[in-house]
Amino acid sequence: MFNAYLENTLVYDPTLCNGCGMCVSVCPHAVFEMNGRKAVLLRPTACMECGACQKNCVTAAIAVESGVGCANAMIRAALAGKKEVECSCG
Amino acid sequence: MINLDILTKAPRILPTTSRLTIADRWDHILARLAWKRNAHRVEPGLYALGNPTPETPVFVTANYTLSFDALRSALMGMDAYLLVLDTQGVNVWCAAGKSTFGTDEIVNRVFTTGLKNLVSHRKLILPQLGAPGVAAHEVKKRTGFLVEYGPVRAADLPRYMKTHKATSDMRRVCFGLRDRLVLIPVDIVQMLLWITLAALVFYLLGGWFSALTALTVFMAGLVLFPILLPWIPTDDFSMKGLILGVLVALPFAIFACLGNPDAHWWRQILLALQYLLILPATVAFITLNFTGSSTFTSRTGVRKEIFTYVPVMAWMGGIGLASTLALLFIR
Repeated sequence: MFNAYLENTLVYDPTLCNGCGMCVSVCPHAVFEMNGRKAVLLRPTACMECGACQKNCVTAAIAVESGVGCANAMIRAALAGKKEVECSCG
Repeated sequence: MINLDILTKAPRILPTTSRLTIADRWDHILARLAWKRNAHRVEPGLYALGNPTPETPVFVTANYTLSFDALRSALMGMDAYLLVLDTQGVNVWCAAGKSTFGTDEIVNRVFTTGLKNLVSHRKLILPQLGAPGVAAHEVKKRTGFLVEYGPVRAADLPRYMKTHKATSDMRRVCFGLRDRLVLIPVDIVQMLLWITLAALVFYLLGGWFSALTALTVFMAGLVLFPILLPWIPTDDFSMKGLILGVLVALPFAIFACLGNPDAHWWRQILLALQYLLILPATVAFITLNFTGSSTFTSRTGVRKEIFTYVPVMAWMGGIGLASTLALLFIR
């Protein structure tokens, strides 16, 4: 209840994983964990969609719609009629 | 004619130290106060710390003074090359989100600084939070340099450099009390115009009590909220803001009712209602905006929050204002 953060756009296909462990290294919220030669999704709801894992996954086993999780930036973009949301703090 | 000078000429290396001067500390204070936010820049390029040799490790960072200074002061007593990217004075994580701390900029910097002629190894140590902008495998393909993601915090580098393995705590982003406290001055300064304006308008409309109400709203949203964040129930920033807003509105509502003991019962209700609706709605709007300062909210979640709560806030504000108007015009 009152948790908008239970769902996100992170999708992981373990069959494509080559076991390099890069996703485990780059994730700031310990979403992935190595289990033998494969990465496993340990805490998918902790994902903040920063996109680091996708960017560094050489086999494209991970997909996520990355972007800024900032209400201010999104409301500004909506008010300005822009589709692209950019953070604007500086 | 292709200019090949860049490949042969001695690279330009800028000197630096691990010691932070008073001027550096002053610059940090100004940065934390949002003073000229884009002006806290370091010249991009290659820096030498200590007495580097061809085996010396290379660290990559952003050209924001707080990022650069965190790195060089963490490397106290070590020799190092610091490759400073042009992120336009933005910190590593935010710049990575915009890809100015990114693959292309690293590749360009490696070539323009002549790093290959300077070091015998082929390894770049990046801050972990640069990863959203950098594809390590692509940097390797285009420059020959292997990207190694170091810890999130520069302060953990001495520990990290012993083994080149980051422990799980080094890999985690936190949002502890100290992290939240340093954001308060920035947010207040950025809202200063609105705060002053609101206080002034409310003072002119309803005197000191009204001005105090306006200031309380900003105080709750910009100061109390960041401090109390983990302890306010529920997960949504808007819901947390509504809860906090009701708590700070209660004394005002009670005071307004007690101050008019002879008023008709429906006037008492409207008096209380205007505070209990307008204050929480405004506080919640401010706290919803704090999602951008936090280190864990996803875009999907924030979008969901906006669609769920902004209409609620608008209704609350609308009914609250209607109560105020009713009190003014219905005798």
